[in-house]
Amino acid sequence: MSTVELTYLNAILEAEKEEMQRDPRVILIGEDIALYSASGALGKLDPRRTWNAPISELGFSGMAIGAAITGLRPIVDLTIASFVYLASDQIINQAAKLRYVTGGQVRVPVVFRMSMWHNGANAAQHSDRPYPMFMNVPGLKVIAPATPSDMKGMLKSAIRDDDPVIVFEDNDLWGRKEAVPADPDFLVPLGKAAVRCEGTDVSIVSVAGCLPHALAAAGQLAREDISAEVIDVRSLVPLDAATILASVAKTGRLVVVDYAHRTAGAAAEIAAIVAEEAFAELRAPIQRVTTPDVQIPFSPKLERPLYPNKDKITAAARKAVLSGEERGSWPVKSYFRSGAWESTKARS
Amino acid sequence: MTLQADRRREAYRRMLAIRAFEQALPRCIAAGEIPGAVHSSIGHEAALVGACMALRDDDYITGTHRSHGHPIAKGARLAPLMAELMGRETGICKGRGGSMHLADTSVGIIGESAIVGGGIPLATGAGLSALVRGTDQVSLCFFGDGASNQGVFHECLNMAAVWKLPVVFFCENNLYAATTPALSTHAQPDVAKRAAGYDIPGVIVDGQDLEAVHETTHAAVARARRGEGPSLIEAKTYRFDEHAIGIFMPSHCRAAEEVERYRASRDPLALYREHLLRAGHGDFELSGLEREAESAVAEAVDFARKSPHPDPASVFDHLYSNPIGCVA
Repeated sequence: MSTVELTYLNAILEAEKEEMQRDPRVILIGEDIALYSASGALGKLDPRRTWNAPISELGFSGMAIGAAITGLRPIVDLTIASFVYLASDQIINQAAKLRYVTGGQVRVPVVFRMSMWHNGANAAQHSDRPYPMFMNVPGLKVIAPATPSDMKGMLKSAIRDDDPVIVFEDNDLWGRKEAVPADPDFLVPLGKAAVRCEGTDVSIVSVAGCLPHALAAAGQLAREDISAEVIDVRSLVPLDAATILASVAKTGRLVVVDYAHRTAGAAAEIAAIVAEEAFAELRAPIQRVTTPDVQIPFSPKLERPLYPNKDKITAAARKAVLSGEERGSWPVKSYFRSGAWESTKARS
Repeated sequence: MTLQADRRREAYRRMLAIRAFEQALPRCIAAGEIPGAVHSSIGHEAALVGACMALRDDDYITGTHRSHGHPIAKGARLAPLMAELMGRETGICKGRGGSMHLADTSVGIIGESAIVGGGIPLATGAGLSALVRGTDQVSLCFFGDGASNQGVFHECLNMAAVWKLPVVFFCENNLYAATTPALSTHAQPDVAKRAAGYDIPGVIVDGQDLEAVHETTHAAVARARRGEGPSLIEAKTYRFDEHAIGIFMPSHCRAAEEVERYRASRDPLALYREHLLRAGHGDFELSGLEREAESAVAEAVDFARKSPHPDPASVFDHLYSNPIGCVA
């Protein structure tokens, strides 16, 4: 399979370019997109394929939904993720619900793209990671690819999908490069997590741009003789719970790493699933490494320490492993296996 | 452009169907057959039908929470609409949408939005879609006076004007946003004047006069089809019932004399019947259409009552087009 070296940012452009060349129904709408088309980066296109919109996020997002229902496959470029709140009524009340409230009469093949800017001294209104809010909306698909190949393959899958998909990009990853398959039909399926490195002592589940930190933490842990398995969830809705549960069944310990704020974040949902489905497999309490519930401050001295990083992940993994060992294997597993659980249930 | 005799009959038939459909509802609600609230279109019939008679079958419309009149005006079958109100599996939305979402895509409806103003960008986007696909379809957006105070109304008028999209923005101005008088929430009373801010035609029309509504809409649709861009039409109309039936709302927000005056002298069906008689249609012919509307609605109610309820196990159906599961 031939490959081409692409940055994460260029993988986005390549995916859009290839899909727009492949399918005349794909259009692009959003603010400041004239820069792309004017520079020719998307190739030679009918001017009706790119719509450089005024600052009207709610309006043009809703228009994309109307266009999707009537035969196009629009990509909406919302630029910075904090702006999605302006468009959220149309995304939540229309894109997510129209198929259901019409009893399946319509399809809504629209993609909303936005980049999460953080660690860049952009302060509170340009630094949000809003994916958990949209995970709470049935009818949407929500993805957060973390590598150039995944970005290209998953964005293409999203454009070809018949449902509304929100693509969260991480601007920390924009400059990262790798060899990306050049095949224009290279697709990465939605709803499937990736095991980035195998391990036996602790499962580190990484969301979106946390992946480089999670992998660095796994490297550090290996030097300490702790074998960490790193799972990149890639797709938040649908969430590949099976891959996470299989890993926890093997390691008995879970660290979830998530750039979103702590309360009701993606990490909280993943932790809840594991607590519900695999409590008996756990040898230590689940650890979450998240951004605390505070606004993102302007000063880099204040901002930088807030996010998950290699050291925080390493510490959380160590804690999980050591707490299990200190307790001589957390008693939960033996409690369940002894049948005590069943007798408790019978009594209540 | 005046309607020809057969189109006049069809217009009257659709107005009668809306009226009879809405009039059948209070009894079904009282009998516990229709759950939730319904918003009646009685009083709006000329505005709805006059506008839709100016459209082709393949033209798009979007509607509002007051959603029963739009599909009937666009020519939808009544039985699936009534079955939807009763929450049945045979409903047009399979019991998932209900009274505020009676969208029938087979007649070009792409959404009935219960979020006020929510349909405006959908209709504008359908216009953009027609332009991109190179068809000459037109998209007509029904919305109320209340929606004209939403920001998205202004966003979409602007974009439709900038990009010359084939869209007709059609305001059913019934003078009240739920219980709040438009006069207390609009800086000036005419929604149509807002078109000037976007350099597009803005026309006020008597929403109780079917021929006038049709003529005005026909001109706006023709303009859109020629590629000359959008128009804003404001039909001054009136709802004869309260905002909603079947829900607790402080009723009687309007003076009784005002409601009575509209019912007595501004009833769009009575006005159109007089017009038809003057145009040479006989009383026998019109009475026949009136009886047919009653029996068509009775059949729809009967169909709905006999239809199965949705299977609770099917509640996740239609959530996704492509419901990918996670591979184990």
